[in-house]
Amino acid sequence: MTVGALARERPAGRVTRVQALLWRRSWMRAALLLGPGLTWFVVIYLASLVLLLITAFWQINPFTTAIERVWNIDNFRTLVTDGTYRLIILRTIALAAAVTITDAVLAFPFAYYMARVASRRVQTALFAAVLLPLWASYLARVYAWILILNHDGVLNWSLLLLHLPPASLGYTNWAMWIVFSYIWLPFMIIPTYAALERIPQSYLEAAADLGARQGQTTWDIILPLALPGIVAGSIFTFSLTLGDYVTPLLVGGAGSSFIGNVVYGNVGIAHNIPFAAALAVVPVAVMALYLLGARRLGAFEAM
Amino acid sequence: MEGAWLRFALRVWAAGILLFLFIPIGLVIVYAFNVSTIQSWPIPGVTLKWFGQTWQDPEVRRALLLSVEAGLMATAVALVLGSMAAFAIHRFQFFGREVISFALVLPLALPGIITGMSLNSFFAFNQITFSLWTIVIGHATFCIVIVYNNVLARLRRTSSSLMEAAMDLGASGWRSFVDVTFPLISTALVAGALLAFALSFDEVIVTTFTAGAQNTLPLWIFGAIRLGQRLPEVNVVVFFVILITIVPVVIASRLSGGGAAGRVEAVAAAEEV
Repeated sequence: MTVGALARERPAGRVTRVQALLWRRSWMRAALLLGPGLTWFVVIYLASLVLLLITAFWQINPFTTAIERVWNIDNFRTLVTDGTYRLIILRTIALAAAVTITDAVLAFPFAYYMARVASRRVQTALFAAVLLPLWASYLARVYAWILILNHDGVLNWSLLLLHLPPASLGYTNWAMWIVFSYIWLPFMIIPTYAALERIPQSYLEAAADLGARQGQTTWDIILPLALPGIVAGSIFTFSLTLGDYVTPLLVGGAGSSFIGNVVYGNVGIAHNIPFAAALAVVPVAVMALYLLGARRLGAFEAM
Repeated sequence: MEGAWLRFALRVWAAGILLFLFIPIGLVIVYAFNVSTIQSWPIPGVTLKWFGQTWQDPEVRRALLLSVEAGLMATAVALVLGSMAAFAIHRFQFFGREVISFALVLPLALPGIITGMSLNSFFAFNQITFSLWTIVIGHATFCIVIVYNNVLARLRRTSSSLMEAAMDLGASGWRSFVDVTFPLISTALVAGALLAFALSFDEVIVTTFTAGAQNTLPLWIFGAIRLGQRLPEVNVVVFFVILITIVPVVIASRLSGGGAAGRVEAVAAAEEV
């Protein structure tokens, strides 16, 4: 064998050795694979979240708007004592709850039809039909409702056809309620459908054999078994409404500010990042409580 | 099981929900052809003139370019990091595995404003100026989850015995990855990439906090709707954005056998680990 051939052999040998080492020590491979993604995630995302939480306990200099690293809880005190912010927090949570309930009511019969009445083929088609609007641009769907609720829009045109007085829903809390319910509805349908589909047919037959009527079966068997799915869906509808500020800005009126709008205003215009951060902690805290509750209701097993 | 009347009522309800879901989307598409500059119903006539005008608008072009650039780069980052993380979580048992898999879906589970706001203060804190890169970082953070989820779902469905067989036949770890594992997961990678791009292309909330003074296409739409300006162009752009976001999803769901639902499944996958 020539020296040249040996030299060519060596790098390959090294690669093989590294591979062998990685194969024997599987934690090394795991670390290599997970490392970059995890570093990205910890360095950028988690660090940002922690920083946000810390900033909430700082303040700004009212004249220069520079952040002063003085520890205090004034931001949180303002949130609790100032009636304006209390009202905004309350409005956001109340509307998120209203949207969640509306979506649950709209979704349940639809999901029931999908899971237990429709044929396989219809089921697949409906599943796709629910997912499509979810992906069609969020802004496009909000904009569509601006066009519909607008004074000369489709809604008033239809009301006129039915000889009903025109409605002026544009730029009100009602408009926000409709738009949010519309936008997040697919998030409620899918987990509810998944939960309903998993109920064994034999349970319903047993209920019928024991003399339960349709209403009784629905109330005592189907609803409790579907509940984890509904709660799973509600995590999305609730959380997404809670953190939104685009829809309130586009379809809400003068008195429709959400937590998100105040956060946005404080980051962009007022430059009071510590206060914005304190306010942003509110939806996180509300969601944490909500998730704890959802866990107890078994929502995580249903997803 | 269900009586005839109930079945009928459910069918009517389902039809009603479908109309509710699709009428607004259909309508907004019709408005793109509206001949009038006033957005009222019914539209007085049909025209294609706004398509040309919108295409010529330099602001729209710039925004479109930025959106495509940010979407492609965020997707590329997400493909590499997301699939690597999926491999690690799938293949190995280690301490903290559940915590990691849960933490990875946080960017999708937490309200967008939290992600946006915290990235914004992170950039401000480190004195990073807003640029294409800050948008890419913001988008990649949630795009990673989409790819991670799609690849992980596919890995769970493919048997590891195929890879072991390849290695028994003398293939190296790398060789068996290239010849066996990669072809098996390639459609999941494509599906994940398409979904990630669609999500990035449509993102508003995180982007407003990470874009600075630049406009992506959704930010341009957002601004124009807020000011009520150039609505004929908004109609056309919105029509176009609907196509851009729906087409990849249709392709992706074909590729992954209907399993590419995105967000809902992303959180579900984390809970299953």
